[in-house]
Amino acid sequence: MNNDRDTGSCCSSDSGKDTSCFITMVGLDRNISPPEIRKTTSVITFSDRFDHILARCGVKREKHIVSPGIYELGNPTPDSSVFVSANYTLSFDALRNSLAGIDCYILVIDTKGINVWCAAGKGTFGTDEIIYRIKWSGLDQIINHRNLILPQLSAPGVSAHDVKRRSGFKVEYGPVRAEDLPQYLRTHTATAEMRRIRFTFKDRLVLTPVELVHVIKPTLLAAIILYLLVGPFAALIAVVTAFTGTVLFPALLPFIPTHDFSTKGLILGGIVTIPFAVVVATNSMINSAMSPLENILTALSAFLIPTAVIAYIALNFTGCTTYTSRTGVKKEIFRYVPLMALMGGLGLLVLIILGISLIEVI
Amino acid sequence: MFNSYLENTLQYYPEKCINCLMCIQVCPHGVFTGGKEHVELKSPASCMECGACAGNCPVQAIEVESGVGCAWAMISAALKGKDMDSDACCCGEDDGCCQ
Repeated sequence: MNNDRDTGSCCSSDSGKDTSCFITMVGLDRNISPPEIRKTTSVITFSDRFDHILARCGVKREKHIVSPGIYELGNPTPDSSVFVSANYTLSFDALRNSLAGIDCYILVIDTKGINVWCAAGKGTFGTDEIIYRIKWSGLDQIINHRNLILPQLSAPGVSAHDVKRRSGFKVEYGPVRAEDLPQYLRTHTATAEMRRIRFTFKDRLVLTPVELVHVIKPTLLAAIILYLLVGPFAALIAVVTAFTGTVLFPALLPFIPTHDFSTKGLILGGIVTIPFAVVVATNSMINSAMSPLENILTALSAFLIPTAVIAYIALNFTGCTTYTSRTGVKKEIFRYVPLMALMGGLGLLVLIILGISLIEVI
Repeated sequence: MFNSYLENTLQYYPEKCINCLMCIQVCPHGVFTGGKEHVELKSPASCMECGACAGNCPVQAIEVESGVGCAWAMISAALKGKDMDSDACCCGEDDGCCQ
């Protein structure tokens, strides 16, 4: 039982002037009828799961959207809880699925089809949008109390005291993970563990499809060009480089030494590319007509370029993680991007020189 | 060595704190912990500068230059001639990294 439940009797909501200004600002018509309340269930269908797979793969990013508005789950009464969610299918489905057997309302706000945490970071899951949706949906006419349960990860975009001041609704932050909601709702208290974000192997692995999708076009292009110019071995290096950066790196993230993503990428890149470089240096798999020096220079390129690319992909994984600060990422960029550029540039220069010398020989 | 994440922009003013514990509720990294008269900074280096604590502190006892720690967004912004801190996040776009 939640003893802090706000019935609105003591609300010190925003002034009438503030409300009028806000309604004018968002272009909300006072006389417009509230949107229809939709029904939803906690059942995740095959179609929903297919949609999740497409979303995870980054296919039609703008299509995984739920219409903003109020949804009834089960048979809610005016005293039932109200949960707020993003209008992204993965977020909405995780919430309704975790609320199986609980009669409640879900207020879906417009986050432009972006998940809760990213939307909060962008500001689309924010104070203004919540207040707008409360007024737009006529929520205060549907329920007796004045409480909203928000996902904890929406907090970067929301100011609870501002929501209270401007709308009269008290914001209660639920746990980080929707799966913890049933336990949370027993006491409306979150344990320290419920409040902590994790980044497990599974969490990292589900990010790999979209990472792969990002690099698939340039990888295929590089592989085709290298195959035509040098041969299948060089094309294989391109494919392995992309796979290492987008799949192996996220999977092995906590096990690679050092804290910085760039250095982790350089280490992993080095480990993966050294065997290729050794093969190139010791065996004329690419061109048996090449001199030992040319083979060594080719091997150097086969080490430098893929390692730099893997490190760069690794650095770009910072945006997918749950713990990198902007200050830290900026430091990483200034520290390591010049080194990556130097490595990649040197590798390319060597290849160009080798190419010119080969053309001259021919 | 090889850790760029030891420092951040988090500033906490305990003399302003009213011990409402909102920061503890919203921080996903356990940066704050309860204290007798005001909350205490437990692990400031864990702060990812999401801004949840500062935005939800009713007495402005916390300041942080919030933003998204996304190299992709920062490098893209720099390449487009924008400020790296312009929050030109690519979430939701076709080339976005967020799920």
